[in-house]
Amino acid sequence: MAPFAYGKSMMFAAAAALALPTVSLSTAALANKANDTLVYASDSEPENISPYHNNLREGVIVAHLVWETLINRNPKTGEYEPQLATAWKWIDPVTLELTLRQGVTFHDGSPFTADDVVFTFNYVLTPEAKVVTKQNVEWMAGADKIDDHTVRVRLKGPFPAALEYLSGPTPIYPAAYFKKVGLDGFSKAPIGTGPYRITAVENGKGVKMEKFKGYWKGSPLGDPSIGKIEFRVIPDGETRMAELMTGGVDWIWRVPKDQADQLKAVPNVTVLSAETMRVGFLQFDAAGRTAADTPMKNDKVRQAVAYAIDRPAMVKNLVGGGARVMHSACFIDQIGCTDDGVPRYEYNPDKARKLLAEAGYPNGFDTDLYAYRERDYAEAVVGYLRAVGIRANLRFLKYAAMREAARAGKVPLEYQTWGSFSVNDASAFTGVWFKENEDDMSRDPKVKALLEKADTTTDTAARKDLYKQALSMIAEKGYLLPLFSYPSNYAFSSDLSFTAQADELPRFYTAHWK
Amino acid sequence: MLAFLLRRLAVALSVVLTVSVIAFLLLHLSGDLATDLAGPEASPEQVARVRVEYGLDQPLMVQYGQWLAGAARFDFGRSFYFRESVASLLGDRIPITLKLGAIALGLALAVAIPLGALAAVKRGSWFDRAALAFCALGQAVPTFWLGLTLIIIFAVNLRWLPVSGNATWSHYVLPSVALGWYAIPAVMRLTRNGMLDVMASDYIRTARAKGLRPHTVIFKHALRNAVVPVVALAAVQFGFMLGGSIVVEAVFSLQGLGQLAWEAIARKDFPVVQAIVMLLATIYILLTFLADLLNAWLDPRIRVA
Repeated sequence: MAPFAYGKSMMFAAAAALALPTVSLSTAALANKANDTLVYASDSEPENISPYHNNLREGVIVAHLVWETLINRNPKTGEYEPQLATAWKWIDPVTLELTLRQGVTFHDGSPFTADDVVFTFNYVLTPEAKVVTKQNVEWMAGADKIDDHTVRVRLKGPFPAALEYLSGPTPIYPAAYFKKVGLDGFSKAPIGTGPYRITAVENGKGVKMEKFKGYWKGSPLGDPSIGKIEFRVIPDGETRMAELMTGGVDWIWRVPKDQADQLKAVPNVTVLSAETMRVGFLQFDAAGRTAADTPMKNDKVRQAVAYAIDRPAMVKNLVGGGARVMHSACFIDQIGCTDDGVPRYEYNPDKARKLLAEAGYPNGFDTDLYAYRERDYAEAVVGYLRAVGIRANLRFLKYAAMREAARAGKVPLEYQTWGSFSVNDASAFTGVWFKENEDDMSRDPKVKALLEKADTTTDTAARKDLYKQALSMIAEKGYLLPLFSYPSNYAFSSDLSFTAQADELPRFYTAHWK
Repeated sequence: MLAFLLRRLAVALSVVLTVSVIAFLLLHLSGDLATDLAGPEASPEQVARVRVEYGLDQPLMVQYGQWLAGAARFDFGRSFYFRESVASLLGDRIPITLKLGAIALGLALAVAIPLGALAAVKRGSWFDRAALAFCALGQAVPTFWLGLTLIIIFAVNLRWLPVSGNATWSHYVLPSVALGWYAIPAVMRLTRNGMLDVMASDYIRTARAKGLRPHTVIFKHALRNAVVPVVALAAVQFGFMLGGSIVVEAVFSLQGLGQLAWEAIARKDFPVVQAIVMLLATIYILLTFLADLLNAWLDPRIRVA
């Protein structure tokens, strides 16, 4: 975002309001429906189009248009469905055998076989591959070919989230082509088996794609409808908005609440607010690393903070449509995540004051609240804390600086958010914040032990129960106060039929013109 | 003249070196590069790996020395972000920025010189005052604001021109106006003052006395002499424009050097930022140096200074 974003949006707000009458008079149709070309814009471009070699959301979108994974997670039901693999079974807790689909071809016409799967997984596990997000692949030990259409994936240890990872950040590459052109060649002219094929990768400008005519029938992704898809990089938020208003682009996202409200009044533009997996939360120095006598070590102080914050009011007035209040230390729809039976803290400032007095702070105390995004949310938290006597001083830092301070044990109270990498499993949340690693500020060995057991238990019911125990312990002790899920605002041409999912992954292969 | 030239060259080179040191230090002071590069969701081991991989575990002096040794051979290293050498990345983007800068400067001169000349001829009139007010406004308006206002008027409301991109010549119109706007006041004032000086000189009086038509006197005799210092100023303004295009390119989504700089800063793509800062500083210093030479050649009094 530009450094001058605040002033600009105010100005654009006024100007866009002035623009409305003229826009409504304009009869110019949005040209892109006529061209059967969907143009979507975002602010950044992936450093490398190869999905294993970038960690940007824009890269993930392209990855799901151009490549396919072995398994598909149905975004509606959450069920795992066959995609490039038609069936799979666990030989033992660390060996998964998959039967591969026949008759699938890559964009260059070469057939998809077991060699491609074995090559892809073994390649991304080598240090030379320099995979950007190593946790996406490091749970695997390797892959072996059984026959042309059967492979076995070996795991380093029992890993119940394996199917989730196989349906997300592990696309299959064409072995022969990749070996021929290398990573540099592949990132300039990449091919996959997905519903769209890349026709141009333009550094700084974006990516052009068209419908792959040889795409296999009966895919769980459905038959792609739109002929051409173009991704355009437009760094400036107001410029993206102007492009959408003039029909230069058909789809934008991450629109701030104020701009979204203005765009709702623009004809030919549809605004959609949808929930995402990102959860905002407060984290406390329960381990007492900032000072031996920090109030944050006291269970009652942390509980008091939980009672002091009116989360439903924050959702209603600040965060906006699509957000939900969270009660557990994970995103509620993740597998293993539950708030059933987990202690809840309703807004009750009197109780907060009483707990503070019981904890030995009848007159409250001074503390620092560290935050790195959505300053207004952090300021609201400061306001609620002051109302019960906790004089919090806001320290607003860049993400890297805040994390450095937190990891060095200098942060008493922190406003954090976590998107779980879109992995639909509670381990992707709790594993980061509670397993006595650097980001764990409570460092409770009991929580860690429960989570470790949960992460590696393959029996679904037993696993759920373990997470429930861990999440209840976290809530009871007030180690982490979940606030709410984040919404994302999408704005797009009214000619376009588009639906959003919580994993913040726009699936343009399901979009179509009205 | 040679001593003057060498002295100026030495100053220019030391400025380039100073700029490189400052840029280097500022980038390193802005937080831990390895943490940023590894991304928000990276583990400590990944951060440590990145630190070694990019040589960020070396002492600052060593890192700077290595960078400088490479830069002297036009090897600016590889981008942290793109899988490309910085040199080829810059090579792709420079033409767009130069094109934008040249059009913007052309526009600015085409507006500012006639305006300045007319203001001088009609000194004290409403036109002169209006031109000076326009100058003050031109200098006060922030570039991003002007850019967005132009987009709202000409792209969103009137729909005459495209909002962003660089596909056709029409995409360059709005960004060139936004960028050139800033150069107009300085050029106009200099033209106006130069014209006022020249108009008061003896040879203009002679020309008038000969009975030459006012047009001939103003354009053939006066303006030609008055715009000489403008040439030097234009060189400096061109340097300013290359720097100013960072904002304009971001607003209009032009894939030039400015946008690359902006993205590189946001991504902490240190080799790219450093190379762009050096490139822009060198161009700017080179232009200033040329302007100095031009002035010295025109006016011998400067040479002894």
